[in-house]
Amino acid sequence: MNLLRRKFVKTAAFVGATVSAVGTGILIPKRALGAYSKAAFDAKDVSGALTAAMGSDQHTASGDIKLKAPDIAENGAVVPVTVSSTMGNIDAISIIASANVSPLTSTYMLTSACEPFVSTRIKMAKTSDVVAVIKADGKLYSATKEVKVTIGGCGG
Amino acid sequence: MASIKIRAKAKDGVTTVKTLMSHAMETGLRKDSKTGKKIPAHHITEVTAEHNGNVVMTANWGGAISKNPYLSFKFKGAASGDKIKITWVDNMGEGDSAEAAIK
Repeated sequence: MNLLRRKFVKTAAFVGATVSAVGTGILIPKRALGAYSKAAFDAKDVSGALTAAMGSDQHTASGDIKLKAPDIAENGAVVPVTVSSTMGNIDAISIIASANVSPLTSTYMLTSACEPFVSTRIKMAKTSDVVAVIKADGKLYSATKEVKVTIGGCGG
Repeated sequence: MASIKIRAKAKDGVTTVKTLMSHAMETGLRKDSKTGKKIPAHHITEVTAEHNGNVVMTANWGGAISKNPYLSFKFKGAASGDKIKITWVDNMGEGDSAEAAIK
């Protein structure tokens, strides 16, 4: 009697695990990569966003990237960010606000005619690092700057 | 609808483009203070810049770009008088484009 019960518990646990594994499996094909990567903007962490947007989350800090952002942003809804660089062969620039619900703010695909320069205004939920990630020659380089936010700009 | 302002200036072979778009840029996280319901996400997803018909830059945006977005970039190979065209598309399928001459 007792043995039978043991077996039942074991089987139930196994079935449960399989169902949840299949459940997560179903989610993966939805993250199809396209010209506009929705997965990258939906990603809830920095490494997930980078992998979806830039192909990898491995990046090295580089002194050749200039990231201009305020030390203190009074209004998190409007934080001016400028990224420029002296590097050549730049394919893409991503701007990340680490503590946002979806860290990736934007990705810029540059053609060979472009100068490595992008300037925009982003929203930041709270004080965190702003990371500029540049893809050059197939590798990722980054520059980081902490921006203190007094009023968050992502609502909620 | 003129939802895009463009200023483009060529100097020493490098053209600086500055553009302002008018768009609500809702993140989808904000709540309506009266109803308490979430305001659905409504933001620009793609911005394309064309110089004389050739794409020079494409930007993919999420909801974390500020309301009434500002974008500036630089590119080479344009002369004053050339046309620069900016097109945006948002996540609800709306879009707009505008063209300006480079000064």
